Amino acid sequence: MSQDEYRRDVLPGHAEFQLPTPAPVQRVNGRRPIPERPADRPADGADVWDQRVAEGLAFLRRRLAGAYEVDEFGFDPELTDALFQPILKVLYRDWFRTEVLGIENVPAEGGGLVVGNHSGTLALDALMLTVAMRDKHPQERHLRLLGADLVFRMPVMSELARAAGATVACNPDAERLMTGGQLVGVFPEGFKGIGKRFADRYKLQRFGRGGFVSAALRTGTPIIPVAIVGAEEIYPILADLKPLARLLGVPYFPVTPTFPLLGPLGLVPLPSKWLIQFCPPIPTAHLTEFADDPLVVYNLADQVRETIQATLHELLEKRPDAFGP
Amino acid sequence: MLAGVERIRADARAATEAIAELDPEAVVHLAVTSVPAEPGGRAAMKEQNVIGSMQVLAAAQAASGLRKLVVRSSTAAYGASFRDPAVFTEDTEPRAVPRGPFARDILDIEGYVRGFRRRRPEVAATVLRFAPMISSTAETSLTRYFAQPVVPTVLGRDARLQFVHVEDALEVLHRSVIEDHPGTYNVAGAGVLMLSQAVRRSGRVALPFPESALSTGAALLRNLGVEQIGLDQIDLFVHGRVVDTSRLIREFGFTPRTTAVAFEEFIRAHTAGSTVTADRLATAERAILDGIRRVRAAAEATPAGVPAGSDRS
Repeated sequence: MSQDEYRRDVLPGHAEFQLPTPAPVQRVNGRRPIPERPADRPADGADVWDQRVAEGLAFLRRRLAGAYEVDEFGFDPELTDALFQPILKVLYRDWFRTEVLGIENVPAEGGGLVVGNHSGTLALDALMLTVAMRDKHPQERHLRLLGADLVFRMPVMSELARAAGATVACNPDAERLMTGGQLVGVFPEGFKGIGKRFADRYKLQRFGRGGFVSAALRTGTPIIPVAIVGAEEIYPILADLKPLARLLGVPYFPVTPTFPLLGPLGLVPLPSKWLIQFCPPIPTAHLTEFADDPLVVYNLADQVRETIQATLHELLEKRPDAFGP
Repeated sequence: MLAGVERIRADARAATEAIAELDPEAVVHLAVTSVPAEPGGRAAMKEQNVIGSMQVLAAAQAASGLRKLVVRSSTAAYGASFRDPAVFTEDTEPRAVPRGPFARDILDIEGYVRGFRRRRPEVAATVLRFAPMISSTAETSLTRYFAQPVVPTVLGRDARLQFVHVEDALEVLHRSVIEDHPGTYNVAGAGVLMLSQAVRRSGRVALPFPESALSTGAALLRNLGVEQIGLDQIDLFVHGRVVDTSRLIREFGFTPRTTAVAFEEFIRAHTAGSTVTADRLATAERAILDGIRRVRAAAEATPAGVPAGSDRS
């Protein structure tokens, strides 16, 4: 069998896939992102403070009276927009100086599966990705994260995660969200990604069984790979105390330059420079019947993985100084 | 409604005799209790739920003229686990045997129905998984819970709840008898209320306890015979339970009123225990806003540095 014949026979997915040729590198490190100013300044001399006080009180009254809507996953858009996003945005804009590239690759409407690399000990990259989506996307879309069941085991944390729009990473939930036209964010590396040592930074870990791909295939949802640079440096893991982790029932117990040495102060992330790049979407609508074909699923997962890895290298060249401006 | 209906009061064993004697066309099995009743406690509850269902189903299986079987079940059949999907469809299997006695009974009953379906495949067997029922007059452990002025909740947990209005539950039951709908159906009102949200909407005050304290406290109270809040309720308040009702709406052509509407009706009938009502909050909001406006107006009228009243000379 010649190479051409062989290529015609193979299942779709990997064979026709080639890594995109990277564009010439343009360094962004060294210039500060343009500070954003709120555009809607009431110029007509209205009493701004009176308005703010009235809005704040109305918000408090609505919260206390339970007069708000929550979707079936527990997502509370009002609380997310009024409380979580503004707090995270301070971290996103002023602490990490995040820059977002390729936001036009995220569909304006309908479902989408955003697949990213995971790093940074605590899953701050997932939170920053939701802020980036809300901040930079023209439609200000909400990204619905899929989280490990450990998150949903912990009291308080589980409810915060649900209110912010996250749900347990399982195929029924992912498919339900995507058929509902939502953007779903997933980090297939899971704890292997965020718990890896600083020495292994920006090396993508295993992508598991590719369950995220079969969910996307079954619903015909495009997959949007996203590369996040910067999260690796916020809590560099020097060592992992495995026995202590086992004792506490967590997947890893990190030792960073500041934790546990400085106690709670060690929770302050180092101010690294962040770049988030959304890659062109991979359409899957024509592959719906292959959702249960392990080879197609595996090849697609591999394609996504390689795209993210290549984009990470590209972004790292753009950002030679991890803690630069 | 019940004119021309002969009523026979009988326990499960006698009911099996009645079924054998009458050779019915349809059997509707509703005798499932969710909380241990006063005489007999949990043992009597299990006797009624599991043994009773077994006997009724065995009698139904022997009835040669039977065409239809309707069994009441509950959304508790999905169990409670941290790895559960957020929304259960009828095909979701429970991940583990639940710890609540009612949920365990429900799983047993559904197991008997599966056996019945295997042995009498020509009989249309309908299993209705009801969400907790609520209405202005219904009396269940959950309505008693929400009727208290201070409502104990689980610290750090906020469950997603769904209710179904009693009248809608009856309508679904009615349609399952007069129409043919074999299969399993979730019966719940669309939409979700968080437990905290439900407590706030009903104007009650939530009192959070750690889960372990609530479990032991509930067990102690149960022994004293005060309130029948069990592991089933605590599991519900920790994990929440939301079901997909698209199959019911598609097959029955009937949409139950939403969870929020059903709960609203319950609140209107139980205003006695509410302290933080929406009206009072609105009044407080207006008072605070007016107060702030008055203080600011006073501060603006008095320029800084010039003591008040100095321009009177």
